Parts: sequence; structure tokens; C-alpha cells
Amino acid sequence: MAHAPVAHPEAHGAHHAEQSFWSKYVFSTDHKMIAMQYMFTGMFMALVGGFMAYAFRMQNGFPGMEVPGYGLVSPNEYNALVTNHGTIMIFWVAMPVLVAAFGNYLIPLMLGCDDMVFPRINRLSYQIFLLSAVVILASLFVQGGGFGGAWTAYPPLSAKAEYNLTGLGSTMWLVAVALEFVAFLLGGINFVTTAMNSRAPGMKMYDIPIVVWMIVVASILFMASVGQLIAGAVMLFMDQNVGTAFFDPDRGGDPILWQHLFWFFGHPEVYVVLLPAIGIVAEIITVFSRKKLFAYKTVLYTVVATGVLSFTVWAHHQFVAGIDPRMANIFTITTLLISVPIAEMMFVYIATLYGGSITLTTPMLWALGFIATFLLGGVTGIFLGASGSDIYLHDTYFVLAHFHYTFFPIAIIGTYAGVTYWYPKMFGRMLNETLGKIHFWGTFISFNCIFIPLFYTGMAGDHRRIWSYQLFPELLDLQDVRAFASIATVVMLAFQPIFIFNFFWSLRRGAVAGDNPWKANTLEWQAPSPPPHGNFAELPQVYRGPYEYSHPDRKEDYWPQNAPA
Amino acid sequence: MSAAARPIANTRSAAGLPTGRLAVWWVIASEVVIFGGLLASYIMGRLAHDVWADQAAHTNMWIGAFNTWVLLTSSLFAVLGHKAAEAGDGPKAARFIGLTMLGGVIFVIVKAFEWTGEIRHGFTITSSTFWSFYYTAAGLHALHVIAGVVIMGIIANDARKNLELHRVELIGIYWHFVDIVWIFLFPLLYIAK
Amino acid sequence: MIESLIPAASTYASDIDGVFTLIFVLVGFWFVLTEGILLWLILRFRKRDGVKAEYITGELKSEKRWITIPHLLVLVCDVFIIVGAVRVWYNVKQELPPAQEIVRVVGQQWAWSFDHPGPDGQLDTPDDIRTVDELHVESGKLIHFKLVSKDVLHSFSVPAFRLKQDVIPGREIIGWFEATRPGTYDIQCAEICGIGHALMPARVVVETPAQHAAWIASQRPLTLAAATPRVEE
Repeated sequence: MAHAPVAHPEAHGAHHAEQSFWSKYVFSTDHKMIAMQYMFTGMFMALVGGFMAYAFRMQNGFPGMEVPGYGLVSPNEYNALVTNHGTIMIFWVAMPVLVAAFGNYLIPLMLGCDDMVFPRINRLSYQIFLLSAVVILASLFVQGGGFGGAWTAYPPLSAKAEYNLTGLGSTMWLVAVALEFVAFLLGGINFVTTAMNSRAPGMKMYDIPIVVWMIVVASILFMASVGQLIAGAVMLFMDQNVGTAFFDPDRGGDPILWQHLFWFFGHPEVYVVLLPAIGIVAEIITVFSRKKLFAYKTVLYTVVATGVLSFTVWAHHQFVAGIDPRMANIFTITTLLISVPIAEMMFVYIATLYGGSITLTTPMLWALGFIATFLLGGVTGIFLGASGSDIYLHDTYFVLAHFHYTFFPIAIIGTYAGVTYWYPKMFGRMLNETLGKIHFWGTFISFNCIFIPLFYTGMAGDHRRIWSYQLFPELLDLQDVRAFASIATVVMLAFQPIFIFNFFWSLRRGAVAGDNPWKANTLEWQAPSPPPHGNFAELPQVYRGPYEYSHPDRKEDYWPQNAPA
Repeated sequence: MSAAARPIANTRSAAGLPTGRLAVWWVIASEVVIFGGLLASYIMGRLAHDVWADQAAHTNMWIGAFNTWVLLTSSLFAVLGHKAAEAGDGPKAARFIGLTMLGGVIFVIVKAFEWTGEIRHGFTITSSTFWSFYYTAAGLHALHVIAGVVIMGIIANDARKNLELHRVELIGIYWHFVDIVWIFLFPLLYIAK
Repeated sequence: MIESLIPAASTYASDIDGVFTLIFVLVGFWFVLTEGILLWLILRFRKRDGVKAEYITGELKSEKRWITIPHLLVLVCDVFIIVGAVRVWYNVKQELPPAQEIVRVVGQQWAWSFDHPGPDGQLDTPDDIRTVDELHVESGKLIHFKLVSKDVLHSFSVPAFRLKQDVIPGREIIGWFEATRPGTYDIQCAEICGIGHALMPARVVVETPAQHAAWIASQRPLTLAAATPRVEE
């Protein structure tokens, strides 16, 4: 290579003149701006989902109380709150922030190119996503209220208004989810083609940062699994609105068909959100332990193996659903086997710390916090994947605590880790470390105070999605435990404004970051902070892998990918 | 936003495949999963309910066969259009794409007549789960045919002026996919009685 | 462990509790070990002035061993758990021991109702006893339950028996249990079924043979099936 191509040859000069507010912020095709749009939308939806959790946890902990800021929570409102909390957190928080925001922001930068391959499709995908967010929010305010049949939407409850009593809300919920799926299918086109094709010269497959691999594999998993549910959603929509009977047993349909279609997607979906989060963790622990990622190739193979295996475990959600009991044994085996590659990944991350030089910055605290909490989520999954114990634990709070020990690390801890780590790059300023640490500990400790008690109540018989336990004598003693978890929820939510304040205050008042405040190797840190349109003044040439920290031949303990040998 | 302001990202090809083609394959892969889900559900349902065969007896195999022939022929024109585009002959490619579009339009018109007849006979989307699947699957397919025709119109219009000739191949790939879905639908809905 | 929170009142309850305990011991060991190592590494390898981090790729066999061996041990633990779980699952869900009595459990929006066989011991005869909210069974008898739903999915859950089975409209699902201790236990619905999902509690009343006979004798015609036909929708 004689010289690296310049991002903006004269031919393109004209359109980089002054951009109006609309073309710069609203109708941008720049991957970084689209990433911000996804991120801010996702964070806003997190406030909505968090508020819902506050309302239903107050009802759960203090049944019958007038919840400050909400009022009385009726049984159908309770169901709508838990349904939309789950749906919003997965589809409008975890997916847009972890996959779309970080994917959009990082992939072109880390690969050393100037944008995604299809910027206008990128913009369209956000617009469809935004529409889906508007639809789901609107569904809460229509006559009858928001859909309350759980995020799993099992028919016949979800298919007939006479059963769910939220005819319009149910349909809008379904349409919102379907639109979200379309948005992410479109987005996936960009992630996969850009990652496959637009790598900087010299960047071989194993020189790609792990987080990029993770987002690409996640996109492929999503694409390969969501189609089933889109088919199911079309059928459910028709049952709801046209009078077909795909899922109506009275007229030859089968409610269990929906469950299979849903979970065939639903299980890979959890890996779709997990992978970007563990990618983010990998980037952070390498930088803040100044160590090469342990066994990079093993991580890759493990990820692919996990992705493939994730398609074979779905019916562990249906052990007692009325499937043939013999099938359950197969799914117990596949489900427990999938714990093996995940355990391996955790071991690899922990091994990366060995011999390191660890600094506990805020991003590093979040990354280590992810490992610590996700471990509990992972091991508690075993109780549920084993059919024999799942008979008792299915539909109890044990399940709920398990998936919050996986989803919370993924969607919340992973996001905070990524945002605190890349904030200097995105905005050119440093976040305040003291506030960051207070926010971390406050959130981390209170999170555990919410969900450890809920493992306990689940073991003691608390079932899910129950508006009040007052009618169950065996469960009355647990009210204090529920109340404790609810108070911890309020505490945890009360710590979040610290982050919001830190975020916005540091935009103007944070210390100037410079290009590479963390002394990291990956290409995004070799661009200005924040990167201009086109990212690099001169598009980089790559000479080595992303994790060459503390190399014995080097005086500096880091070695950027694009530094000549 | 001018079409000429393509990112450098678009000009690279580390995987050796042109990005446009990668993107179309991605779209097709997602669609395969969607149709796959729908058809798998249909097959499972059909195997579990013998009574559906009574309903399936009322589909018209000859119309289905005619439509199959129409789609296959239109795919042939798409291939010829691609060859012309590769040779750099935009107007010729556009004419072949036009013929492909014609095939798509004939398909949809024939289907409209077919369905009108079936509905008049009382076979509506709600009259049995077989018909629910029939109209949903064939309807989803028909929507993809219509979308394909519209996109082909845009591409043919550009090709006429010798612009964006590489897109002729891409829409051809999409059209073959639409064809192949029909090749699955035809035996499932029309032949298996 | 679960038995300390909820009584184990059926023959298979302690088997299921046993699976839970087995898993708890095995995963508990790995969990504590891994968290402990994580914590130790964080403390041990804090940044120190003048001390550079090591350059370890993880690609050498001697290094990989640190991952491969634990990962194989995890696999071995998984096999134990699979065997333990499948055995219990087989006994509870795949086997159907011969019934000494059959009851019907009906789930609907929003209540549970039950058909008991009545004095003649046969279900679906005019002397069946039909109740709402209360299922009466005799301790020590092996009961089959036939689950049906009138509308949406519900789930018949008796935590004290460690019993759970979803109810599907359009199907009759059969399961079994044998209660071991007289007493009254909660029935919960374990599949969200609409706004009344939390408002359909019921009870299983487990009686001694004498108590059960007395209960049957006390049922007036009001609760006999012949006098309380099911309202078909």
C-alpha cells in the first residue's frame, strides 16, 4: 500500500459544507449520529421501563398502596405494567443500545473505515425503530389499556379480545414488536456487510476486536431466528383482527405452535443481546488490565458454538407446557450443555486478569461487575434447565431472579460499561470518576438487594405476574421480603440520576479527553475525540491484532493496531 | 444527500464479495427464515389434521401450475437481463427486466381471479385453518412479488439510461428467491391432496 | 432446602427437592470458587508502580489447560445433574402409575373447579361432586388429575406437592400425585390468564380416609353433578 485513501477527496467536497440542524441531527446518515439516536431513544425507553418496574414493584411490595407518582395499581394495570416492562426492556432498551448503538458507533471506527456500507438503509432502520417505539408507547394509552398478556403473549389470551380485554392494545403491541424486528433486520444488513467487507487494509480476521465479532454474530443469530416469530406474529395478528384460528383450539388451531415459534426466536434472542455486552466487557478488561485477551481464538469458537447451540434449547421454556414429556429430556441435555461454552467464556475473561496491571476505573468496575453478576445468572439457569427441578421452579420468582441476573448485567451493566468507556471518544470529554464510582456501587449493591430476596421468594412459592399474594395463605409470610426488594428497587432507581447528571454535565464541563485517554490499541482511539464526519483524516493501515498490551519488546505497555512496526 | 456521496466503506471488499450482493443474500436469508417458519407451521398442522386434505382438494392445480410456469419464465428473463447488464447493454437489460415484471403482474392478476373464485365458493380465510394458511402464505408471497415488481421498475428505469447496472443482478437474485418460495408453496398448497 | 420453606406433602416432592439440592451443591461450589478467584485476581494484580503486566496469549497448551480442565469438570458436573433431573422428570411426568382415584380439574377465567368421583368411585357419573375453589383428596391415595381449560391457558400448580402442569384448552392433560400429609395447601395458577390471574386461588384439602368419607357424605345434592350441570359457553 503506497498510501492510505483519504476520506474526503475533492469530489465530495460540496456536501460537507454547513449542515442544517435537520440534516446533521435528525436525518443524518452518519453512523455515529445514528448510533446516538438509538442510544438516546434506548435510554429514554429505559426510563419508561424503569418507571413501570417502580410502579409494579410498589404494588408487589406494598399491596393496595397508592403508589406515589402513579396511583392505585389495579390487576389489569399490573399485568400491563409487567408485560410492557419486559417487552420494552428487551426490544427497546437492550437491543437498540447494545446492538444498534454500539454496533453503529464502533464497527466503522474499529474497522478503520469512514461509515457503514449502506448509510441510507441505516437511517431508514432507525426511522422504523423510532416508529415502533411510538407505537408501543401509544399502545399504553388506547381504550382498554396496554396489552397485559406478558411479553411472551401466549394465545389464546393474546389472540382474542374477549379474553384479554385489551383488543386495541394487544394489536398495537404486536405491530410495534413486528416493526422493531423489521428495523433490526435492516440494521443487521449494515453490520454484517460492513464487518465482512470494509476492514482496513492489513486487518485480518483475527485482528478484528472481539466486540465487532460479537455484534456481527449477534446480528446473524437475530436474522436466523426472528423470521419464525415474524411468521408467528403475522398469524397472531390475523387471529386477533381477521378471525383466523391459527392458535384457536376450538377451531382446529394450536396454541402451542405459538410457543414454539416464540421460543425458537426467544432463546437465541437472549444471546443476541448477551454477545455485544460480553464483547464490551472484553474490550474493557483488556485495556484496564493491560493484558492481551486470553485465547482470542477460543473466545471466537466458543461464541460461534454458543450461537449454534442456542437454536437447540428453546423448549426448556415449555417443560410443563403440555409438550410431549419425552422431548423434555432432550432439551435438558442441550440446555445444560450450553452452559459449558458460556462457562468457558467467563473463565477466559477471568484468566485475562491474571498477571495484569489492573486499574479500577469506572468502566472497569462495571465490566468486573458484569462478570460477578452474570456468573450468578448463569449458574441459576441450571436449576431451570434441569427438567426435574423446573417442575417446581417454572413460573416462580426464581425464574425472574435468574433472568434479571442475566439481563440486568447485559442491558444495564453492559451499557454503563460501554458508555463510561467510550464516552471520551463520543464526546471528547471525560466523565467524572467520583460520580461514576458512586453510581456504580449504589446501583450494584441495590441491584443485588432486589433480586437475591426474589430467589428466596421464588423458592418459597411466589409465582410470577401476580398482582397480590393476599389470597394465598402459604405466601403471606413473604410480604416483608417483597417489601425489602421493592425498597431496594426505589434505591436503585434513585441512584440513576447521578449518571444522568454526570453524562450531561461532563458534556460541557468534563476534562478534555484527547484522542486516547485510556491508552488503548483499537482503531477508534486513533481517531480524534469526537471523530469528525469520515472518522479518520487518513484511513488507517493495520499491522497487528487489537490486544497487544504489555508486549515484552515494547517500552510502552500498549501498541495501537495502526502503529507501524 | 447525493447518491454519489458513498462512503469509502462501500468500495472495499475484504471478503471478496461485492457488498450489494452480500446485502441481498442477507435479505434473502432473513426471508427464508420467515417463510420457513410459516411453512413449517403449515406442514406440522397439515400432518396433525387429516381433515385439511378435504379443504386442500378445492385448490386449482392447473392455475397453480400455470402460475408456476409464469414465474419460471419470468426468472429466465431476469437471467437474460443480467447477461445483458454484464455486457454493459443497459437498454437491453431494461427490456428483459420489463418482461420479468410482466410475468409478476400476470402472476398477481391470475391469483386475483383465482382467489375471487375461491372466495365466491365460500373458501375464505376464516373458513378453516387450511385456508388461513393458504391465504396467509400465498398472500405474503404475493406481497413479495408486488414489491419485487416495483423495485424492478425502478432498476429498469435506471438501467435504460445505463445507470446502476450491477443492480440488475441483485434484483435477479431476489426474484429467483421469490420463485423458489413459490416452488415450495405450489406442491404444499396445490399438489398435496 | 425448599422443604424448609414449603412443606413437602407428596411422594415426589422430596425427589424434586433433591434435584434442587444436588444442583445447589454442584453449582454452588463452582460459583463460590469462581467468584473467589475473580476477587483474588482483582486484588492480587492491582496496578503497582514499576510492575508491568505479563504478556500471556493463552494460545500455549500449558496456558489453555487452565481453561480446558475446569471446563471439562463443569461438563462432568452437568452430566450428574442431567442424570439426576431426568430420573425425577421421568418418574413424575413420563410415568403414570395406576390410579386409585381420578379427579377432573377445570381451569377458567377466573376460578378452578373440580369434579370428584363421589360415593360410587367413578368419575363422570351423576353422583360426582363438583366444587369450586376446593379439591378434596385422600392422603396416601394415588390420584390422577385430568386437566381441562374452558378458555385460555392456565397452569395447575400446587407448590406443596411440587406439582405443576399447564392447562391447554381443547385438550385433556393427565398427571398424577399422591399426597402424604393431611392438611390444606395452596393451588396457584401458574400461567398468566388475564386480569384475574391472581384472583383464582384454590385449595387442596388432603384428608384422612375417615375425614374424606365424612366429606363425601356431607355433600348435599347442591354439589352433585346431576344438580350442577356445567354451563357450556
